[in-house]
Amino acid sequence: MSFRSLVQTVIHPAKVTKDLGDAPSLPQSPVNLHGSLQIRHVDAGSCNGCELEVTSAFAPVYDAERFGVRLVASPRHADALLVTGPVTKNMADPLRKTLDAMPEPRFVISLGDCAHDCGVFTGAYGVEGSVGDVVQVDVHIAGCPPRPEVIVEALRGLTGQ
Amino acid sequence: MNEVCVVTVGLAGVVAALLGGALPASSRVVAAVTFTWVSCAAALWAAVSVLSSDHVIALSSTAILPLTGVTVVLNPLGALFVVAIAVVAMASTLYWLGYASHGLATRSASSALPLFVTSMLLVPFAASVATFLVLWEMMALTSLVLVLTDQSRREAARSAAQWYAVMTHAGAAAILLALVLLSAHSGGQTFADIEAHARHLSGALRGTIFVIALLGFGSKAGAVPLHVWLPKAHAEAPGPASALMSGAMVNLGIYGILLVGNELLGGGPVWWWLLVSVLGVVSALYGALYAATSSDLKRLLAYSTADNMGLVMIAIGASGLFAASGHPMTAAVAMVAALLLMLNHSVFKGALFLAAGAVQVATGTRDLDRLGGLMRRMPVTGAVFLVGALSVAALPPFNGFVGEWLLFQGLLHGLPTSNTSVVISVSVAVAALALTGGLTVAAFVKATGIGFLGRPRSNEATDAHEVAITMRLGAGALAVLCLVLGLVPMLVLPAIERAAAGAGRINATSATRGWISLHLLGLRGVLAPSLLAGGMALAALAVIAVRRLAHHRRSWPAVNPVEPWGSGRKVQTARMQYTATSFAEPLQRVFDDVIRPSRDLDVSHLVESRYYIERIAYRTSNDDVIERQFYRPFIAGVRWWGQRARWFQNGSVHRYLAYGFVALVIVLVVVA
Amino acid sequence: MNLAHVLTQVLEALVQVAAVAVGGPLLLGLMRKVRARLEGRVGAPIHQPLLDLRKLLAKQRMRPRESSWVFGAGPVVLVATAVAVAAISPLATTHPPLGQSTDFFAVVFVLLLGSVALALSALDTGTAFGGMGSSRSMTIGALCEPALLVAILAMAIAARTSNLPALVRDGLAHPAVIASPARILALASFLVVILAESGRLPVDNPSTHLELTMIHEALVLEYSGPDLGLIVVGESMRLVFLLGLLVNLLVPWGVADRPGAWAFGAGLLALAAKVAVVGVAIAVFEVFTAKMRLFRLPELLAGGFVLALLGAVTAVVR
Repeated sequence: MSFRSLVQTVIHPAKVTKDLGDAPSLPQSPVNLHGSLQIRHVDAGSCNGCELEVTSAFAPVYDAERFGVRLVASPRHADALLVTGPVTKNMADPLRKTLDAMPEPRFVISLGDCAHDCGVFTGAYGVEGSVGDVVQVDVHIAGCPPRPEVIVEALRGLTGQ
Repeated sequence: MNEVCVVTVGLAGVVAALLGGALPASSRVVAAVTFTWVSCAAALWAAVSVLSSDHVIALSSTAILPLTGVTVVLNPLGALFVVAIAVVAMASTLYWLGYASHGLATRSASSALPLFVTSMLLVPFAASVATFLVLWEMMALTSLVLVLTDQSRREAARSAAQWYAVMTHAGAAAILLALVLLSAHSGGQTFADIEAHARHLSGALRGTIFVIALLGFGSKAGAVPLHVWLPKAHAEAPGPASALMSGAMVNLGIYGILLVGNELLGGGPVWWWLLVSVLGVVSALYGALYAATSSDLKRLLAYSTADNMGLVMIAIGASGLFAASGHPMTAAVAMVAALLLMLNHSVFKGALFLAAGAVQVATGTRDLDRLGGLMRRMPVTGAVFLVGALSVAALPPFNGFVGEWLLFQGLLHGLPTSNTSVVISVSVAVAALALTGGLTVAAFVKATGIGFLGRPRSNEATDAHEVAITMRLGAGALAVLCLVLGLVPMLVLPAIERAAAGAGRINATSATRGWISLHLLGLRGVLAPSLLAGGMALAALAVIAVRRLAHHRRSWPAVNPVEPWGSGRKVQTARMQYTATSFAEPLQRVFDDVIRPSRDLDVSHLVESRYYIERIAYRTSNDDVIERQFYRPFIAGVRWWGQRARWFQNGSVHRYLAYGFVALVIVLVVVA
Repeated sequence: MNLAHVLTQVLEALVQVAAVAVGGPLLLGLMRKVRARLEGRVGAPIHQPLLDLRKLLAKQRMRPRESSWVFGAGPVVLVATAVAVAAISPLATTHPPLGQSTDFFAVVFVLLLGSVALALSALDTGTAFGGMGSSRSMTIGALCEPALLVAILAMAIAARTSNLPALVRDGLAHPAVIASPARILALASFLVVILAESGRLPVDNPSTHLELTMIHEALVLEYSGPDLGLIVVGESMRLVFLLGLLVNLLVPWGVADRPGAWAFGAGLLALAAKVAVVGVAIAVFEVFTAKMRLFRLPELLAGGFVLALLGAVTAVVR
């Protein structure tokens, strides 16, 4: 990259983010987060379709971070547990442990139809149940997979930004 | 009065030793400790009176040592060392009261320890060659007894005692040679006589004497490459003995260097101090590196002793260099820094070794990889070790910081000079100081964190509980002293300045001033340790208040104890934590070429097929590289030579008679 | 030393601390915003870290079951040391409270106390992550110290003192001092150390989620609620403080040289502007840099040390 193009990139950075309008009027978040939401994501057995949509939601086009949402590595730092996929037998205990490791006030967001009622994996041999069967779910985002705009709108409703 | 004190020091020590050897088990330690305390108190009284006024105590007698007599003089420099030794000795003997139920209660130990303390206290008093050597030898022998006692069944302890015995006597031989050369050319064996005649000696002779004395005393102080005995002996000695050896005995090596270099020989050319600085730099770097990569708690502390003594030697060397290049003020600051570093080291290293001894008593192991979780089980010992570790790492508000700061100020103000050798050596010294500082911090975070924090890594650590009250008091007293000296170093600075004046032949009576803040006179440098500490304390209280307020009116408990977060895995054991070896691994990788750890990988296969592995054994050890590369080949060479020489001793009486006849003929020819 | 003077000094100290305490998270937010913009995103608002902190204060505190008092003391000591140095350092004015005894070595060692406290409390968690973070952070600290101390020495030799306000005043009064090779080299080394100690790229990625790549984040994986908030504040205060020292030693114009509220306020604004510029520059640099392999870091830090040593030698030789 030449110096000239480097300076150009710094002074006039490209902006690909979609403008998503004003804050939506969604049902009240389970807790008042004052505009800041840290999320810990756990894949309890999904096909990774929902993960791709989450990645897209945090990528430059939909940019969930501008509304005060951030993904964190440790459940101790998180307010919300974002669970995708049906809960497999091996992931049931780790999911419970992850929720136990989160400080109050905390809540659980289940993402996608599989998280809600196992979707296409209902009755499969490795599946323990839906997320609601293992932990108590507070917010649900429907879709298979849910579009990034839907995910971002739900998160905006939680932060209020 | 002072003369009575001096006599009491020796007398009480002898009484303590006799009682320790004669009384039955129930009372021997208490009696020995009581009289040792009397001895220490008398020594402290004499030393403080010398340090607070300008007079000097002098005594002599021909009654004790028949051929040569005993001459005793206490000047301010010696008095400072006496204070350092007495403080550590009082704390260690108090600790010994509680330790006695775990060891060191035999007749030999109970008579050797008081004699050890007394001989260390009296060495700075010695003012003639014979007195000095007798006391030095007594110190060496009694400490050897202490290393061997109670553990003579362990191979490592026996080997350590052997190394210690040989090297301390080699050092004593060098000291003997230097002192005898001095007295032979001075016509008398008292130090006063030697001082008077020293300036008439030729430059080459003075240089030779200094180098020999430096090697002998340097070995005692733990100067690399003559330090090899130190990690072995200090690690194997039982608790109070290792505290005394590391906190008090190594100081006498420094005392000896100052004695010969400055008092007896009256100062010397620049290359002497250059040599001292170089030894100091090498010791500091080597000691800090091995402390950072060691996983044996007491070996780590012993290497740290070598590191700190290296720092003291850097300061002494810098002081001599500055004085020789015409900067008396920075020379004064550097010498004050050296003596303050020495005093601080005694206090915090004594505390650390006493705490390590308590850990060894409570868990039965020194291996950091098997410790952990001791801060909850042994709160006082853990707190003492934490204070000691923060002091070694030179962190405010503890005492190590003030000494390092003074040394930095001395080097910084002395560096802009036109003398090239000074510039180069001081620059190297600064770089070395900075690197050892960083390595020491890493070493002691490792020692405290892996040894005391987290979860216990073995059953012994899980079952540990706090030690006896006297052990806690002894170690705790030194830890409190670390804090006090860190907050108010002005308590000891006037005394140190008086001692520095005697040590460096420089007018150092006004190098520092002030009560709340420390001002360097003639140089621009100010430090206010108590204000800094006060500020930090206030800020900490404010932060804690904010944290409490944040919890106000919440529905959950203030602090919730939970399982640690381990990525949700099913089983979390204490073995999954970092060990001391893994903690130091990145540093060890950086310095791999220096340490050259020996690695052994042993793969054994199943009998049926070479494709299936039955067992893998991996062993790595950080042997002392100087010991491995230099000492062991030397010992092997000596052994080979000894084997060859057995040819002479083949048992034939005729051959022995022939040897005698030939020798007689040669002597007659030479004499004729 | 009358009462009015003492009160003014206390007030100045408090204002300086508050500025650094609020400015820290704001600087973090600014750096994240710049990074987001360069990545083509909009990014969170600049005051987002302050919102995060407000929320964190309201959360529950948790501690590992087998930890000792050291676990809770770590964040407190970290913030207390940052507050203590922010109060007495020449950030907004060349005559800070207790400025006579603000020695550069003392400041650095007090900050080191904070790092050590955090490293010890990470070991107290009893997890592998804590030990890993502690080990890596202490290794980097051990290799940073030579560069840092020799850099301070280089600047102090040229000015004949290691008193921090005196160093800043020296630069203000004699601009030639700033252009001297000793100070430039020393400050270059200081910058490398700042990047290493605050965990910025190329030493450490502050937004990584992969534990094996973490250095500073691994230290705080176990903290929650107010403790985590304290650590975020402490770390950002240290970054602002060190960058503030760097800019005041390199570009001292704007620092209040005479007493008075207006001069002090102007000094604060100048500090904020200068630190913001440096922060943005670092953020831009971070976008175009990859994280260095952990075992290559000693080479980087040795390079910083060599720079500092060259600075010290040129300071002596002139």
